[in-house]
Amino acid sequence: MIALDDVTVTYGRGPRAVTAVRNLTLSVPEGQAVGLVGESGSGKSTVLRAVAGLIPHATGEITLAGQRVDRRRSTAQRKMTQMVFQDPYGSLHPNQTVDQILGLPVAIHRLDRGEARIVQALAEVGLGREHRYRYPHQLSGGQRQRVAIARALILEPRILLLDEPTSALDVSVQAEILNLLARLRRDRGLTLLMVSHDLAVIAHLCERIGVMTRGLLVETTTATAMASNQVTHDYTRELLRFNAGFDRSSVVNADLDASAG
Amino acid sequence: MTDTLLAVRNLSVTYPSDDGDVRAVRNVSFILGRERLGIVGESGSGKSTTGRAIMGLVGHPGRIEADELRLGDTDLRGLSERGFRRLRGQRIAMVLQDPKYSLDPVMSVGQQIAETHRRHLRSTKREARRAALEMLEAVHIRDPERVYTMYPHQISGGMGQRVMIAMMLIAGPDILIADEPTSALDVTVQAQVLAILDELVRSRGMGLLLISHNLHLVSSFCDRVLVMYAGQVLETCEAGKLADARHPYTRGLLAALPRLGERRAELPQLQRDPAWMADIA
Repeated sequence: MIALDDVTVTYGRGPRAVTAVRNLTLSVPEGQAVGLVGESGSGKSTVLRAVAGLIPHATGEITLAGQRVDRRRSTAQRKMTQMVFQDPYGSLHPNQTVDQILGLPVAIHRLDRGEARIVQALAEVGLGREHRYRYPHQLSGGQRQRVAIARALILEPRILLLDEPTSALDVSVQAEILNLLARLRRDRGLTLLMVSHDLAVIAHLCERIGVMTRGLLVETTTATAMASNQVTHDYTRELLRFNAGFDRSSVVNADLDASAG
Repeated sequence: MTDTLLAVRNLSVTYPSDDGDVRAVRNVSFILGRERLGIVGESGSGKSTTGRAIMGLVGHPGRIEADELRLGDTDLRGLSERGFRRLRGQRIAMVLQDPKYSLDPVMSVGQQIAETHRRHLRSTKREARRAALEMLEAVHIRDPERVYTMYPHQISGGMGQRVMIAMMLIAGPDILIADEPTSALDVTVQAQVLAILDELVRSRGMGLLLISHNLHLVSSFCDRVLVMYAGQVLETCEAGKLADARHPYTRGLLAALPRLGERRAELPQLQRDPAWMADIA
């Protein structure tokens, strides 16, 4: 469903060019969920943005549902891939009601039955009619993220791209959103590509996990292998160790200034 | 516990609003010794407000009430802004979440640390500079001379947070309040910053109040944990035994966390019991 073949993404040009993703090859079969983990600046969000067509990729091929895509995409291609961002407050227009936010993609894509779609999308993400004419600031963080998910789903995409969808939420709300995403994926046969810094969140939703560092995909593994510590790359091991919580002995000899920038 | 650095009894913070008073913190009591005490809770639980109340940073129109709020032998109740300013930095210090917003962008980090030293210890420029360099070394910055002259935008988040810790500890406070000190950092950097915090707090015999939403982090780092909900402390337990917590809220939070190596089709969602809102005391 999603195939990236030797994709390189570069920001800027000339001597100041920064290569954010280097020679990345990755595929997500239809109906599967793949997660990307890595530190900030590892290029994981850049991969999502390239798949969504928000940024051009320099070299390599991106294929979605059998069609090779570029940054310029047809309306149908855009409809097929939708994205949910980390901070729902930043990604929802503050001066538009939920109704307007959900109505816009319907209008842009000239879909029929706009009214019915909005009602259905709200119901699907567990929001009631009373939320329809509210503004984002009148909703809680979890409800806002539900609106962002509804907006993505209203176009009936086949691919859902999730960029840290629960990082800005409390633990109890995170559980609700993760359950919602798991159910939607099952009901609609969605293909997911998700980015998070939280290994446990990724492992909860995704069968396969890619580990990125410094623009490189260094390892592709499974949630089960991660749990039983059967990983090959040093960086993955390090992630796993820190994920288990604070351990005095594990950081004594860490290379502290490696992160200086 | 050896000795009490901070005693808090029945602390309440109230903000007036159009719909009556909002009680952000209700009857919170705890004692902080030379230990690492964690406060966990979700957003709006009052954990940060508790920290700010101790620092004297609850501004008008917020009201602080307490039966006891004592730092060593100093009564913090009704202390003037001037009085607080004397305490802050020297006896009690605070590290916030994002070093980007806590550091002065137009002053080199070394100067900022030295300034703290000069202000609190009335030292000369030379002494302050030497102390700042030593402090940078104490937070494991490899080339203190170079970093001293750098500006906040030139350093990484992890280094920024270490600079903050250096600045907060240079005047030798008894207590450090760290409010989500590593939440803006990558996991690997997080562990390093925590290790430095741990090392300094131990070697100087300080008390640390770590405020965080991250249950894993608090339970693995701290000695004791207070669990806050709706402004109250619902439960206090030994950090290592958080898994055996008794309160349904704490248990609900722990259950709602996805765990590596345990694939559950559905995460149990927290059912909030209105009874948790009722006054405990």
